[in-house]
Amino acid sequence: MRIKVVELVEKGFRLVAGDNGIDKEIEGVYICDLLSWVMAHAKAKSAWITIQTHVNIVAVALLAEISCIIIPEDAKLDEEAKKKADEEGIPILSFTGTSYEAAITLYEMMK
Amino acid sequence: MGLLVEVVNEMVLYSLDFDVKARDFDSAGEVSSNLRSVLKQLSLNPDVVRRSCIACYEAEMNIIIHSYGGHMEIEIFGDKIRITAEDTGPGIEDIELAMKEGYSTAPEEIREMGFGAGMGLPNMKENSDFMDIKSSKNGTTVVMEILFK
Ligand SMILES: Nc1ncnc2c1ncn2[C@@H]1O[C@H](COP(=O)(O)OP(=O)(O)OP(=O)(O)O)[C@@H](O)[C@H]1O
Ligand SMILES: [Mg+2]
Repeated sequence: MRIKVVELVEKGFRLVAGDNGIDKEIEGVYICDLLSWVMAHAKAKSAWITIQTHVNIVAVALLAEISCIIIPEDAKLDEEAKKKADEEGIPILSFTGTSYEAAITLYEMMK
Repeated sequence: MGLLVEVVNEMVLYSLDFDVKARDFDSAGEVSSNLRSVLKQLSLNPDVVRRSCIACYEAEMNIIIHSYGGHMEIEIFGDKIRITAEDTGPGIEDIELAMKEGYSTAPEEIREMGFGAGMGLPNMKENSDFMDIKSSKNGTTVVMEILFK
């Protein structure tokens, strides 16, 4: 099932940037911290889980047509990344659990 | 008629020019983001937009990470996009080796940021219809073309 980014907010994901993109649809999940690997393999409309927190993740998400970025384990987003995500409308969500826990939460929501 | 189409296709309809600074990670991706908004305005096929942006981003990042700085030119023709990335820098010693997936000389602090997977040049090759690299000890020039088809 397709879900929207905004629906994640009720499931323990905290929206930390890119509020104006929350109506984007999510069609799948992709987990990786190597940026050009993400560029090569992430499908458009994915929710992307990564521990990277610097501004370049926003450019990667924008160019690879990724719907939202999820940062696990409460890692703190860089200020510059927040600014850019707000500008480009790329939602970034913070999550307390691990990447694995974030992924299974998404799986449960999408099945 | 055939000739006219050819002439029109060879004209540059739009051209963009950017300076790219070495190690400037805060503005990294600016060239590609700009290209994306121009291509979106031109209502080009989403696949062409995505492929052009990925190819452009990887070339931009390589200038930032591996060179002393350079510039990028993007020309939009009637039937294709041409991206030229030119830098001064140490150049690529062995292009064939550099093209291999996983080959990277990126230093540790840059790998920690998620660069250095050694996937940039393979991504550029994969997403463009034509790619040419010229490199010497003084710098590198990469030309890529993406056809509208
Ligand atoms: N413009 C350039 N100037 C000098 N060397 C380059 C340039 N572009 C690429 N290289 C060399 O080619 C190697 C492979 O490049 P490639 O883009 O495939 O991987 P990377 O940049 O190391 O990692 P990634 O792109 O996955 O983040 C680089 O590590 C570097 O040694
Ligand atoms: Mg690269």
